[in-house]
Amino acid sequence: MDGGILEPSLYCIKALAILDNDGNRLMAKYYDETFPTAKEQKVFEKNLFNKTHRANAEIIMFEGLTCVYKSNVDLFFYVIGSTQENELILASVLNALYDAVSQILRKNVEKRALLENLDAVFLAVDEICDGGIVLEADSTAIVHKVAIRNDDIPLGEQTVAQQLSRKLEVFQSAKEQLKWSLLK
Amino acid sequence: MMLKRDKKEEEDGGNPFNNLEKSSVLQEARIFNETPINPRRCGHILTKILYLINQGETIGATEATEAFFAMTKLFQSKDTTLRRLVYLGIKEMSKIANDVIIVTSSLMKDMTGKEDQFRGPSIRALCSITDHMMLQSIERYMKQAIVDKVSAVSSAALVSSLHLSHVSQEVTKRWVNEAQEAVNSDNMMVQYHALGLLYHIRKKDKLAVNKLVSKFSKHSLRSPYAYCLLIRIASKLIEEEDAGSESPMFDFIENCLRHKNEMVIYEAAHAIVNMKNTTAKDLAPAVSVLQLFCGSPKPTLRFAAVRTLNKVAMKHPAAVTACNLDLESLITDVNRSIATLAITTLLKTGNESSVDRLMKQISSFMSEISDEFKIVVVHAIRSLCAKFPRKHNVLMTFLSSMLRDEGGFDYKRAIVDCIITVIEENPEAKEAGLAHLCEFIEDCEHTVLATRILHLLGREGPRTPSPSKYIRFIYNRVILENAAVRAAAVSAIAKFGAHCDELLPSCVVLLERCQLDTDDEVRDRATFYVSILKQQQKSLNSAYILNGLQVSVVGLERAVHNYTLEPSETPFDLKSVPLATQTMTEQKTVTSRDTGDMGMTKTVDKPVASRVDVYAEQLSAVPELANLGPLFRSSQPVELTESETEYVVQCIKHTFSHYLVFQFDCTNTLNDQLLENVSVHMDGSDGFEVMKYINCSNLPYDKPGTTYTLVRLPEEPTSVTGTFTCTLKFIVKDCDPNTGEPDDEGYEDEYVLEDVEVNVADHVQKVIKANFGASWEEVGPENELEDTYALSSMSTLEEAVKNIIQYLGMQPCERSDKVPEGKSSHTLYLAGVFRGGHDALVRAKLALTDDSGVTMQLTVRSTDPNVSEVLATAIA
Repeated sequence: MDGGILEPSLYCIKALAILDNDGNRLMAKYYDETFPTAKEQKVFEKNLFNKTHRANAEIIMFEGLTCVYKSNVDLFFYVIGSTQENELILASVLNALYDAVSQILRKNVEKRALLENLDAVFLAVDEICDGGIVLEADSTAIVHKVAIRNDDIPLGEQTVAQQLSRKLEVFQSAKEQLKWSLLK
Repeated sequence: MMLKRDKKEEEDGGNPFNNLEKSSVLQEARIFNETPINPRRCGHILTKILYLINQGETIGATEATEAFFAMTKLFQSKDTTLRRLVYLGIKEMSKIANDVIIVTSSLMKDMTGKEDQFRGPSIRALCSITDHMMLQSIERYMKQAIVDKVSAVSSAALVSSLHLSHVSQEVTKRWVNEAQEAVNSDNMMVQYHALGLLYHIRKKDKLAVNKLVSKFSKHSLRSPYAYCLLIRIASKLIEEEDAGSESPMFDFIENCLRHKNEMVIYEAAHAIVNMKNTTAKDLAPAVSVLQLFCGSPKPTLRFAAVRTLNKVAMKHPAAVTACNLDLESLITDVNRSIATLAITTLLKTGNESSVDRLMKQISSFMSEISDEFKIVVVHAIRSLCAKFPRKHNVLMTFLSSMLRDEGGFDYKRAIVDCIITVIEENPEAKEAGLAHLCEFIEDCEHTVLATRILHLLGREGPRTPSPSKYIRFIYNRVILENAAVRAAAVSAIAKFGAHCDELLPSCVVLLERCQLDTDDEVRDRATFYVSILKQQQKSLNSAYILNGLQVSVVGLERAVHNYTLEPSETPFDLKSVPLATQTMTEQKTVTSRDTGDMGMTKTVDKPVASRVDVYAEQLSAVPELANLGPLFRSSQPVELTESETEYVVQCIKHTFSHYLVFQFDCTNTLNDQLLENVSVHMDGSDGFEVMKYINCSNLPYDKPGTTYTLVRLPEEPTSVTGTFTCTLKFIVKDCDPNTGEPDDEGYEDEYVLEDVEVNVADHVQKVIKANFGASWEEVGPENELEDTYALSSMSTLEEAVKNIIQYLGMQPCERSDKVPEGKSSHTLYLAGVFRGGHDALVRAKLALTDDSGVTMQLTVRSTDPNVSEVLATAIA
């Protein structure tokens, strides 16, 4: 390992993961070849979980990587980067991930809610990090981009609600257009 | 439906995805083909597929392709979430399914469409399926997208361009203007991504990067991420230019220490700490912001700060002393990583009296921290041992208790390494250290460590006051362990027998028992050692037990292979095998420099081909040089020109038993010239006869070429040194700097190089003798020469030792190259092999005299009288 300065690059996240309270993977994304196979990844996750689930310490150096983490009820969120990476960048991504998920789950950050909204969580993770590059680190912007439908409303009503919201959107865009044409 | 799902969830622990079966989910995916599409149901199935892939389920190419094609049908639905899930599906499947380019047009429609929600993600999905061929066709759209005013679209395009640059650097290079425009965006992320892309495109062009930094360091960026990136680019420039704090880049970084975002402040402090040419004064502002961070309520910030301070402490312990109070308050931090780093930093900066207290503190939570950090602690202890040799007692006890605890291989190896270095550096710690190691191998599951410790015991044990006590530990291994450890134990016992006469009979008895071992190697070793020990001859003991073979493994392999290819009457000559060069010690210095990093240091433990082996291969490829016999030694390259001149020439001297080959590596730095028939003419000393020039047929601009000059060594064995004047001769052809097309006509020219010297050291190969005394007896006093010299130009023993080693080119043994502090006399032991395979040993007794510098009594022993003479006169 050399001087400790990383090659200047946008690629700074090695992996993101959400595990449950037994250390099982609910969602994990690896962005480089540190752990090439799913088997190695899961072994790593298990070891990481064993090291982190008791002590709520937020950051750990583990197997030559820096891992920042956060937990709530039965969920564990991890962001993993190189040991030379700026720890605060990793922490900012972790916060974005956690806050975005929390907003999607309406502050109800637990396994069951997460699994019910897994599609939205997948989309949120996709908006946070693309191939190892931090795409967006502002949780509100992420949730806005994911723009998930309201899951709590049963099927029948939801279509109505959707219709309504769509109508509203059309209405708003018409309003916008009108405004612009007036401004011109 | 909800009710049913709830019930199922209760059964499988609340995870509806828990018992998914790949085949049934893929079966369900057929519903994608139905019209009208039910977005909710399809979305759910798609989520299941994504979940399965995410769990690491492998999906075969046919299955994936089928699912992929079904998925493309979903483009008919306008549902936003579903469409976004389809993009995710495409990205995941792009690596496994066939014919993924089928969705290109659908994605391009979304990319250029009205729905902003679709545009960004569709660009990213599109780029995951784009290959080199297709890149051209989407280029126009990408350029537009980069400068799009919707930030998500612009960011997606920029990030995708960066991914695509791995596919084709050429095409993305053309997007530089768009990226330039995007840097000025008001959106923070767009700015960051644009800067990243811009740097990636320009990073080969130093001047452009320089401009980039100076431009953006003035015009203030909005994104803290972009600032961090810019700091990294700037510090890389500083490193490449080898500049110090006077560089304008440094000012920029220092200014960032006053930025309002902690991320930027830390990045700047981190960059300054990691710079090479920094003084304590340059570091001070960085250290003081880190000191502030130490008191932060955020664990991550405290961690980052302590870790960086720890790094500072390695080079400039004094700079960190100001933070000692803050660090003290962190040693009880709930985050054990922070506490450990604080303690190890304090150990580096603190004084001798604080060691006991800190060690006590750290041992209270040693069991709670990860192996990585335990290794950090071990490294800290190692440097402490070097700093406070008197504390070895406390530290050694601590290390031994760590050895007893649970831990992985890397951790145990770090401890064993540490104990071994302490033993080697501090003779007082030797006995305690060996005792701890003995105890450790009693219960050691790592074969590598056990064999290593046995080897060490064999080397050091016999020379302790009571060698007999180690025998029991070693022989226990023979009874209890696997074959590799048993074999190592056998070798170790043999060393005791060879060195200590009083133990010889018992060792022979033990070894004879080992002859009944089940393993071939162990039996062979035991039989071999028993028969040698029974001869009771000092010289045999030394040659075959105490100091083993000194050849390079790769070289031996090749020599034996060649020998078997050409069967001949003459027996195999071990002297023809190239000797092992000193890679071992070099590796050591590397690892000890690394100790600061907590990351894994992956060292390669296989026999690497040494330099000599590489050169031997290269030289034997030249037909004129193929029949010179085995290559004996290759020197380090010597520059024969200044580095900025028209032609740059380096010389490497290769020594053979009767010849010298001078290898000249030439580079032509003029882009309007082509050189042909390049050779180096040498003129020089008596007796040396130039036999042949091997030309380099042409030397175009900036492509290194090699020419050789073959010289025969003088007949007179004692004349080995000389000086040669060198001239580079060649034919110049002018050529067009742009096309490289040369003129037909050329003219002869020459260029004077610096002289090349041939020294005694060029004829000597370094060799480690683990047991110098035994070798000294082995060679015997037959060709001994002794003389006394006054080295008036040297003022210290260290200087004398360094110069003697350099003149003779021999290997210092028994750590005699280190002069203990405050002594006025010292004995240096050197070992080597002279050209022709003659062992040579030198003992230099040095004494510091008040008026005339250093006095040296030099004793040379060798297997050849001429060699003794050459070496004895080399210093004078």
